[in-house]
Amino acid sequence: MSSSIAYGPARLLPGEQIHITTNPDTEPFWLAAKERRLTACQCGSCGTFRMPPTAYCPNCSSKERNFPTLPGTGTVFSYAICSKNPATGEDYVYVPVVVDLDDGGGTRLVGNLTGCNAEDIEIGMRVTVEWTDICEGWVLPNFRTA
Amino acid sequence: MSWSHQDKCAIVGIGATDYYVRGKSWPRTITDLAGEAILKACADAGISVKDVDGFAYYAGASAGYVDKFDTGSLMETLGMRNVSFTAALTSGGGGSAGGVGLATAGLMNEDCRYAVTVMTVQQTPNARLGAIFGSMKPDPENSFLQPSGLIGPGHLMSVLARRHMHLYGTTEDALAEIVIASRQLALNRPKAIRRTPLTKEEYMASPMLADPLRRLDFCLETDGAVAVITTTADRAKDCRQKPAYIHACAHGAAREWGRAFGWMGMPDPEFSSSGHKFVADRIWAQSGLRASDMDVALIYDHFSSMVLAQLEDYGFCERGEGNDYVLAGKFRYDPATRSGVNGGVPINTHGGQLSEAYIIGMTHVTEAVEQVRGTAINQVADCEFALVTGGPAPIPISGLILRSA
Repeated sequence: MSSSIAYGPARLLPGEQIHITTNPDTEPFWLAAKERRLTACQCGSCGTFRMPPTAYCPNCSSKERNFPTLPGTGTVFSYAICSKNPATGEDYVYVPVVVDLDDGGGTRLVGNLTGCNAEDIEIGMRVTVEWTDICEGWVLPNFRTA
Repeated sequence: MSWSHQDKCAIVGIGATDYYVRGKSWPRTITDLAGEAILKACADAGISVKDVDGFAYYAGASAGYVDKFDTGSLMETLGMRNVSFTAALTSGGGGSAGGVGLATAGLMNEDCRYAVTVMTVQQTPNARLGAIFGSMKPDPENSFLQPSGLIGPGHLMSVLARRHMHLYGTTEDALAEIVIASRQLALNRPKAIRRTPLTKEEYMASPMLADPLRRLDFCLETDGAVAVITTTADRAKDCRQKPAYIHACAHGAAREWGRAFGWMGMPDPEFSSSGHKFVADRIWAQSGLRASDMDVALIYDHFSSMVLAQLEDYGFCERGEGNDYVLAGKFRYDPATRSGVNGGVPINTHGGQLSEAYIIGMTHVTEAVEQVRGTAINQVADCEFALVTGGPAPIPISGLILRSA
């Protein structure tokens, strides 16, 4: 179901207000993002994907891991429509989406979706990654309607 | 096979402060609030506070939620002689129904004789509960979530509600019904924060805070403290009140739920569930009972959509049928007959966290005690079994069945 309220264009939250932190388990994902390469953590032993990246494979307990390059496309699994910028409180329409990643073995990523009006977004929509520069030189994967 | 500790312990005392709109309890301190709830619970039980030798908390290693205190400071101010059990369920409010299960563990292990479970909430302008996720510095885990602007529990819950609507056709009409029914049951409760009737029009006009959830789908934010005293069935015979036996109690969750809406990786159908099925299966196995055997159910209602999802996970209806179950009124309480409607089990006879007060699940425990004692304001006739739930939240989630003496 889409929303019956006319929100207008879904915007990305401004990158200059977004911070992340990393640790040795998650850093390879973010280093790849800096190169605008979408990855997901895959077990080097049994091939099971997991996100966020963690130390052990929950399937086989191996610590071997790979970060294969994914196509950068996916499908909207669910979403919310929000209308206030969380940093400033000002009116600001943004849509956090949970995206099933193509070739990601069932893993998902959460970002903002842009490229259409918020009320026209639907579960099942096809999306493609959209890179946003954020604080401290990091790059955040967001999404645009395909 | 029934649980070996079934009916071996009982809640014998309950106590609560007044409930305050968020921030209005100041200048009372958090220890002042907690102390009042504990002293009242002891008086209700007919024991001295100095007899309390156990603390069984949830939501981390100390009571409180925004402000904090711990056993040492409570012992110091209330004068307990010694403490031989002090433990907490991990994480947050999902453990609220399970705190007395932890008390039972302490009692059955003969670590303590009288255990208190207490929750105290006090918000200050500098520590706003609803924004706790947003105000956190992003750690490596929530750096995969927080940049999307999902900053509060309501934001996160709305993503799950949206999926439920997509899969099963769940409607905002059902959410409205849950909120309106909750309000109706708070009208005659002197301590309730919201005591004016709510119309469907008023519900629909409530602003969307995170579409598909409106402000009125979110629970209240209140200050206050609630405490309960649990002891063994033998000692309960010497207490003032009729015991409320711990008939079943469980906490935890399946891996498919795990970090839940802090993760967003749950497969279907867990994603849009309440995550309660694991705990529900455990308490039904412990007791040999099922949802329809309950006389009343106190369902954790931090968000209306999660009430509907819990009705499914506990088996009051099938998965995906929560919308129709609610619209048929089967979750309602009928004051004329003092029982359910259309063959259903009445829920949240105290108005719940949506309308009475939000003390992180503890008002559900005390209402269940009053129901099985037969002293509730909106009393269910001949109430033998009361279900209490805690969460949905990241693991643990919890469930409890109380039985009348």
